[in-house]
Amino acid sequence: MSIVIAILVIGFIALLFGALLGYASIRFKVEGDPLAEQIDDLLPQTQCGQCGYPGCKPYADAVANGEAINKCAPGGEETIKKIAELMGVEVQALDENHATDNTPKVAFIIEEDCIGCTKCIQACPVDAIIGTTKQMHTVIVDECTGCDLCVAPCPVDCIEMRPIETTKQSWQWDLNSIPVTQVD
Amino acid sequence: MNSIINRIDKNQFWKFHGGIHPPEQKFITENKPIRTLPLPKELILPLQQHIGQAGELIVSVGDKVLKGQVLTASNHPMAVPIHAPTSGTITAIKDATIAHPSALQEPCLFLAPDGNDTWQQRNICTDYHKLSRFELLEKIANAGIAGMGGAGFPTHIKANSSAAHSKRIEFLIINAAECEPYITADDLLIREQSPTIIDGINILHQLINPEYVLIGIEDNKPEAIKTLQNATKDLEHIRVCVIPTKYPSGGEKQLIQILTGKEIPSGFLPSSQGIIMQNIATCYAIADAVINDIPLIKRVTTVTGLGLNKPQNVWALLGTPVNYLLEQCEYQPQSNKQRVIMGGPMMGFTLPSGNVPVVKITNCVLAPSEKEIAAENTEVECIRCGQCADVCPAQLLPQELQWSAKAKDHEQLETLNLFDCIECGACAYVCPSYIPLVHYYRIGKAEIREQKQLEIKAEKAKIRFEARKLRLERDKKAREEKQRKAAEARKARMNSGTPEAKNEMSAVAAALARVKAKKAQTTDTATTTPQEQAVEASEKPKNPQIAAAIARAKAKKLANQNNFDTENPAKIKDKQDNQTDNKTESKPALEVSPEDKKAKVAATIAKAKAKKLAKENTAKETPSTVTEESDAPAAETVKVPDVVETPKLTEATVANEDDKKAKIAATIAKAKAKKLAKENTAKETPSTVTEESDAPAAETVKTPDVVETPKVTEANVKNVDDKKAKIAATIAKAKAKKLAKENTAKEVPSTVTEESDVPATDTSKAANTQKVAETVKAPEIIETPKVTDATVANEDDKKAKIAQAVAKARAKKEVTTPTDSKDTSKNTIAEEKKKRIAEAVAKAKAKKQQRSELT
Amino acid sequence: MAFWIASSPHNHLKNKTSALMRLVIYATIPGILAQWYFFGWGNLIHISLAIASALVAEFFILSLREKKIPEQIFDGSAILTAILLGISLPALAPWWISILGAAFAIIIVKQLYGGLGHNPFNPAMAGYVMLLISFPVQMTSWQPPLQLMAIDLSAFDTLSVIFTSYTTDGYSVEQLKRHIDGYTMATPLDTVKTNLTLGLTIAESMDSAVIGKNFGIGWEWVNAGFLLGGLFLIFKKAIDWITPFSFLFSLFLFSFIAFMYSPDSNASTMFHWFNGACMLGAFFILTDPVSGATSNKGRMIFGALAALLVFIIRKYGGYPEAMAFAVLLCNMSAPLIDQYTRPRTYGHKKTQNAQDKTNA
Repeated sequence: MSIVIAILVIGFIALLFGALLGYASIRFKVEGDPLAEQIDDLLPQTQCGQCGYPGCKPYADAVANGEAINKCAPGGEETIKKIAELMGVEVQALDENHATDNTPKVAFIIEEDCIGCTKCIQACPVDAIIGTTKQMHTVIVDECTGCDLCVAPCPVDCIEMRPIETTKQSWQWDLNSIPVTQVD
Repeated sequence: MNSIINRIDKNQFWKFHGGIHPPEQKFITENKPIRTLPLPKELILPLQQHIGQAGELIVSVGDKVLKGQVLTASNHPMAVPIHAPTSGTITAIKDATIAHPSALQEPCLFLAPDGNDTWQQRNICTDYHKLSRFELLEKIANAGIAGMGGAGFPTHIKANSSAAHSKRIEFLIINAAECEPYITADDLLIREQSPTIIDGINILHQLINPEYVLIGIEDNKPEAIKTLQNATKDLEHIRVCVIPTKYPSGGEKQLIQILTGKEIPSGFLPSSQGIIMQNIATCYAIADAVINDIPLIKRVTTVTGLGLNKPQNVWALLGTPVNYLLEQCEYQPQSNKQRVIMGGPMMGFTLPSGNVPVVKITNCVLAPSEKEIAAENTEVECIRCGQCADVCPAQLLPQELQWSAKAKDHEQLETLNLFDCIECGACAYVCPSYIPLVHYYRIGKAEIREQKQLEIKAEKAKIRFEARKLRLERDKKAREEKQRKAAEARKARMNSGTPEAKNEMSAVAAALARVKAKKAQTTDTATTTPQEQAVEASEKPKNPQIAAAIARAKAKKLANQNNFDTENPAKIKDKQDNQTDNKTESKPALEVSPEDKKAKVAATIAKAKAKKLAKENTAKETPSTVTEESDAPAAETVKVPDVVETPKLTEATVANEDDKKAKIAATIAKAKAKKLAKENTAKETPSTVTEESDAPAAETVKTPDVVETPKVTEANVKNVDDKKAKIAATIAKAKAKKLAKENTAKEVPSTVTEESDVPATDTSKAANTQKVAETVKAPEIIETPKVTDATVANEDDKKAKIAQAVAKARAKKEVTTPTDSKDTSKNTIAEEKKKRIAEAVAKAKAKKQQRSELT
Repeated sequence: MAFWIASSPHNHLKNKTSALMRLVIYATIPGILAQWYFFGWGNLIHISLAIASALVAEFFILSLREKKIPEQIFDGSAILTAILLGISLPALAPWWISILGAAFAIIIVKQLYGGLGHNPFNPAMAGYVMLLISFPVQMTSWQPPLQLMAIDLSAFDTLSVIFTSYTTDGYSVEQLKRHIDGYTMATPLDTVKTNLTLGLTIAESMDSAVIGKNFGIGWEWVNAGFLLGGLFLIFKKAIDWITPFSFLFSLFLFSFIAFMYSPDSNASTMFHWFNGACMLGAFFILTDPVSGATSNKGRMIFGALAALLVFIIRKYGGYPEAMAFAVLLCNMSAPLIDQYTRPRTYGHKKTQNAQDKTNA
């Protein structure tokens, strides 16, 4: 008799836990690789490829699979810190091979020099250059991520990376940068 | 609401949290009338003096403007125009330091007054009651009125906000609190101009139709209060509310809380709670604009501080440089760390220089003495005394914010409601550790805003990147599909046996024939000695265009030959290096050339050459090379001694030939000029300069490159041809063939013969030649800039590859021949084809003849 | 013309952290005077020793941390810490107690946590507790009020005791603690505690010589002195009034309830108020802004919690006095209290922690 009770009780418990697990697997189901997604969210999405991967998402996937976290030049220290925090690893210094000037820039096409070859259009990872064959091209400043990828393909070197100018809105209250000269 | 009015009538007000009592210092200016200043020598008018959008300039330098004339216009609702404060001439439109803490430069208009102060035509409105709501709003908007209390929000937007909310506006609050120390501008304005102010309030009342108008004024302005009370005696709906003096009771949210006890929820505008607030100076400006048609061109500014001998309120024309105000009030320069503050001591900002103009929001210019406002004290550690939290009118926790701001913990800053901070400065005022709290918050806010901006941008970039990836994949698939379908269709058509199919086939054949003809031609050209060619070319300028092109080709060859003649291995090596490099560089361009234009090719090649040359020449210079190279263009009759002029001249010559070419040349020339400028900066001899600039000038011609020579000839021939675009592809192919021929020299003449002999194998051969071309080019890419031996070795390699390719082509031919014979089985088709071929051959021959005549 | 650039606000209230510290130091004077009057020179000597030790320690650490030495060393915080520690020490404790305590307070508790403004614990109390736990014998050698002592104790004698453990006449600390009648005296709080364990009632304990007529000879006056100083500080707005008020009121309440429940086993409210370090703690220790709560509500809770701890430890704990322990425990809970007592920001409906909860 007691054996039967024991079996019943254990069977019931097994059933209960089984149901619980089943419920949890549905209720808390995680789609895709959340880590790569989360890392991708932290990356600056310049799609510049300076990390050696063709875009931010591939690098995010790679980081999720153990690639070094310090290869994102545009993101700089900030991004490394965030990824380190997310992944619970040590903060590393930016990889020197990937270190670049980090000031935000946008591409600028010197329009009179443009021959309309469309090479930069093909190079742009975010379709921020408009123009067509034999027509002058121009950069949609708001969409440009400053990734630098359009500069190299230009056959006439008419693309420059220009630092984004500070405006009243984007000024960071850096009072020390205001030149002060004392009155004689 | 009635309870609110009852309380107000009993002079009972609410209190806001915190607040401070800084020394008022209003006595300095409060007993002196508003002074009208003489016209300054120059007015500086920033195009944007308010929050929102700057208008478009509608005047230009040199224009004479009249007083009150509108200078900017825009359709944007958030844009307000600016007006000429006096008559005069626009002397400049350029970037100048604006009245903003950042001291950034923005476009400003410089106006030199003529001293006459001539008004433009004005329409005085005798009875504003008759004006419609729209007319009133238009008048206010056109007068360029923006909130004059400090924020500079466009007034017509605010005045119209009752329409935006369905909610009825209960209170129109007129802010006359003027809680900042030192400032007495509103005080004096009330005392001197109360009738106009009341008119302004009535206009606003008419526009907004609130139930009550409350004028909030601090009790430290007894005379102004009396004036206002007298002026509003008979106006039932206006209440003058005398509130206790406490900083910052003039803050919008604080004044609303004091008067009505209501709190404006974070992120909402007061109008959402049925309240609209306007500054009292704005009311004056509104009345002036509506009644007298005077746009906002002047304002009362308190020029104060113990650094001045004659501090006083002045009527300052907008655009008056602060220097001028200081001068007029007899500023005594301070010996050390003198500062001039625009606005009050609590919320104003320091000016970087005295050339900043008075703008619509400038209610005060404060020039304190050293004693008054001490130079900065050094910040020490926060001891968490909590005094900042006690005085914060927004009930924030300044010291916790400070820790987070220093740690750049943006998330925590936001949970601590950093963005509810009104930057009143009360916390920093009381801080015993002299921590510039507000400054930290501002930096924090700016950083968070930027971060958010970046996040939005990143998100957008991500979406665009993904979209592009998808599109590329889709395009690729579509292209493949299309090609497949087209190929199928072609096959089907060709095999269908209809006359169209025949035509098509013969068209292909004809094209091929043309190619061959051309090839033969070029072979001829190649066999003629360059010297002869040159002589002939100069002798017989039948077709000037062709002549020029050929001359260039010859010149180049000559140069080439000369190069090899000269027994200077080093130089030859240089040349070879050049060559190989050029090839490498031009290779991708050549590849695309079938579908693209020669423009690109030329440009790229030229650029590459220029680059290489420049590099090489800076490294080691052999004067002989220089001479030779500069001789090359000489043959071309385009001899130029100047860097800048060379490309231009070439351009001119080329322009004669072809418009398009000219354009390209221009671009190239520019690119080159740039390169040169860069490259030659230091110690380049003039000769080098000439040479380098010649290199681009000669463009495709000059390069001592065996491979490229035919191409050049082709290119020039092409110029003559009208249907360049279409033929481009063919030419490229021919070029490739030519290359193959040239490189394989005598080893594979059979291939060539075969090719020209058997037009039936057209399709296969087209592919074949293409392949040859490619194979020829392929080793070039790998070619390293080595000595001549290396090049020779490479040539051998090339030969081998070409042989291989040819063998392949033959094999293919064999395969295709049976099919062809099947096709040509029908007599008609064969005849048709023959006819076409004959035609093509004839054409080719004609061309050849032409050519040989020329040479 | 070019001008100096600065961020607003440009004017500033003329107050300084160092001035605040100085004011607090001045406010300790009445209490110290009372202490000197009733207990002799011992504490004054310890205060001097502690100040010297604290300044040396501060100088040492500041130079190691490469900070601005002259500014920070004399900002008053180190001196104040030393004074508070010196006041709290038993008058006849050996010299190295105060030296060690002050050095520990400055080096470990204050500077190693980041210096002024960053220390989670009140340095003086942390130093005191360290000493109490490490050197219980020396730290319980409380000197009875001078008027009850069998042996006269001059300033020189005190100095001698502190440095050599014996007076110039060769009396030991133990001998000094003897009553005229020959028995060893303890502090009033100790006396009550011991008597309760012996089964005596509070009323009986109150007859003890050290307690005198009111709540303890000397102790009541010392506490009154600190109360005076504290009120002065509140008047000068140098400290907030909420924490001491909350503490004293809560202590009054707890002891009153206990007293009402069982007058025989619980001391009176005033006995709690005017004994031990009650007033010193209420006005000078708990109000230390660095280690305390910051919001008003938080301060209220902070004070009440301290009172509860003081009462519980005094009644049930192993130590007769509990101020230092209570302060340290409250210091620990201060961040938590702050977290949950954030005031509602203008224009926000919910309080911050309610928002946190919804966010989480």
